[in-house]
Amino acid sequence: MRFPFGQPVTRRLLLGGSALLGGVQVVRLALGAASAQPHGLGHGAVPAVSRQSVAPSAAHVAHGGMMTVGEVDAARNGFDPHTILTSWDTGEVIWDGKGHLCREFVVEASDKDVEIAPGIIFPAWTYNGRIPGPTIRAMEGEQVRIIFRNRGSHPHSMHFHGIHSARMDGVPGAGDVLPGGEFVYEFEAKPFGCHLYHCHTVPLKRHIHKGLYGTFIVDPDPARHPEHEAAARSRLLGTPENRGWQEFVMVMNGFDTNFDDENEVYAVNTVAHAYSRRPIVIDRARPVRVYLVNVTEFDPLNSLHLHGNFFDYYDSGTTLTPTLKTVDIITQCQGQRGILEFTFKDHEPGHYMFHAHQSEFVELGWMSMFDVRGEIA
Amino acid sequence: MTTRRTILAVVTPLLLIVAVAVAFLTVDPLRSLTGAAPPIEQVTVERHVLDGDGIALLVRVGGTAPVRIAQVQVDGAYWTFAQEPPGELGNLSSAWLRIPYPWVLGETHHFAFITRTGLAFEHTIDVAVATPDTNSLGVLGLVGLFVGIVPVALGMLFYPALRAGGTRSFGFALALTIGLLGFLLVDTLQEALELAADAAPGLHGAAMVWLVAALAFVLLLAVGRRKGGEIGGFALATSIALGIGLHNLGEGLAIGSAFATGAAALGTFLVLGFTLHNVTEGIGIVAPLVQERPRWPVFIGLAALAGLPAVVGIWLGSYAFSPHWAALALAVGAGAILQVIVEVGGLLMRRSATQGTSWASAPAVLGVVLGVAVMYGTALLVQA
Repeated sequence: MRFPFGQPVTRRLLLGGSALLGGVQVVRLALGAASAQPHGLGHGAVPAVSRQSVAPSAAHVAHGGMMTVGEVDAARNGFDPHTILTSWDTGEVIWDGKGHLCREFVVEASDKDVEIAPGIIFPAWTYNGRIPGPTIRAMEGEQVRIIFRNRGSHPHSMHFHGIHSARMDGVPGAGDVLPGGEFVYEFEAKPFGCHLYHCHTVPLKRHIHKGLYGTFIVDPDPARHPEHEAAARSRLLGTPENRGWQEFVMVMNGFDTNFDDENEVYAVNTVAHAYSRRPIVIDRARPVRVYLVNVTEFDPLNSLHLHGNFFDYYDSGTTLTPTLKTVDIITQCQGQRGILEFTFKDHEPGHYMFHAHQSEFVELGWMSMFDVRGEIA
Repeated sequence: MTTRRTILAVVTPLLLIVAVAVAFLTVDPLRSLTGAAPPIEQVTVERHVLDGDGIALLVRVGGTAPVRIAQVQVDGAYWTFAQEPPGELGNLSSAWLRIPYPWVLGETHHFAFITRTGLAFEHTIDVAVATPDTNSLGVLGLVGLFVGIVPVALGMLFYPALRAGGTRSFGFALALTIGLLGFLLVDTLQEALELAADAAPGLHGAAMVWLVAALAFVLLLAVGRRKGGEIGGFALATSIALGIGLHNLGEGLAIGSAFATGAAALGTFLVLGFTLHNVTEGIGIVAPLVQERPRWPVFIGLAALAGLPAVVGIWLGSYAFSPHWAALALAVGAGAILQVIVEVGGLLMRRSATQGTSWASAPAVLGVVLGVAVMYGTALLVQA
């Protein structure tokens, strides 16, 4: 008389059972017309329940209920994913004491609780109190000096993807900094491209997925690339050509909130659904350049798919001509990165989605939108 | 003077207990051990309702600090939801989560509740079917009658045969009843413990089951014997009917929740199985009446007492039930069944004593064995 009660009942068992036994009239009688499935819930028709959870907007109609509930307190976090998109840390140009000009940056590691999705607090490790860390930007050939202070509770380092000496590699034994300690990384910014930096202290997975990573952009020096000078000038921050572009840095990341080596939350620049809740405003008259970095842990791949448009892709950003032309999905392995260039100039204004093309990541937060506008005041 | 002293003797230790607790909480001597450790949290789903509005889940939380359910994943997707009541949930409190999710008939849905601390608690609806609405009350009630009243009434039809069989068959029928009740005792306890395991851990379900069963046993024994001495005849038949009724309440809960959880694909066969299984219960109830001449309303009353709880159980099971309440009801049932086993056993032994035979006579042993065997055999019909 023990009953299939609280134990897993498989469909196969049930189907097999009912086929074997024939009649299921009683069930039909009991359930009858009661099989009221929720019709039209998925699209358009917003059920009454969701009324309080999200403010209505065009962007919200598109998610059809597939959305986190509530808002992340950016003030409490101390950073806003929208600000991270366009904030470049260009350091400070100083004389290095040996008679050379040098670009100096200061980065501090610290422990910090970060709200990575509405209401979910992640005990993170951060560079300069934010995830991703500051977007460090220099020009090809410049001397770079990074003063790294560890204010965290564990040893940390900064390992730059770039060309530098073993002493400056930021790995155990070379630039690994104990809590309270300091290290100065010095190297020449090269090669030009879209790179990243991250903590290389062991255990590696833990140190990276807790939040210790950021983007390292080396702009090409137009003088060194006469054959592609225009392209190089458009990439170099501060030039009039560069000001014609809308540049964004997007770090694809994930968070394993219960430490089971699987991500509960996926996002771009940390906060789940940040850019679907409040889409990124695009002036369709100006081209778009995205510095895309994948630091997702646990999943080998992440991707970006742009809706209604195609883009050119520069793998690692180390070339001035595209490595991949006219695609609408780019896949990146862990640590892989590149530059996307596209334009909406011939598009009608509206909301254009972009997201991972792994549906799993989409449904767990990596869903975003461009709000393409005709005229920007 | 003495009363004042007594009151003082009671109040003083109580005050001291409070004082110690306050001091402990203020000083918090364990702080150095626990440090910044996150609180312990637990989220258990007690009920779900699937209808045209989506999915509603009744969750109960436990923990060393209030629990805030930050996000809900359905099938690996963050989904909008509304919580009633909203906000943080204190230890052992519950709330409804209403999720406008387009569930799919006959398929499995997985849930994960992410709390503020990032912990994920999972729940699965094995087979999604619409929760029976009030229109199905009648049909479900009918199922209850088939499982509860019909078999008990059919079993009672053996009454004339038992009477015709004389004293020997009376002893046999009592022994049969003991076997049957023994089976029910084990079955009820097992079901109660399974339900207790599904309940929120903070409620200590298993301990509750054992304690409530023991208390019910002692209490019912005392009530039954309040006029002194053992009970027999009509009083014993009533006790048996009550114990069986509580057991049938559990069966009803199981069937009802099977309808609610989609396990009811086995429906017709299952209901028929339960019907056959419960016929023996009717024999058990009327066994102590063999040497009396009850009028027919007595039979109707006893059948209702033993059978109607199945109807109630099915209703509760399919609409509104929480595992801990069900476990509690079944624990009372287990206590009641143990009480009637003791009483029927006592009656059997008194009879053998007056007849100068051993209580372990061949018909008695055969009766017990047959009772267990028949119950076990018919139980095979309702094995899933």
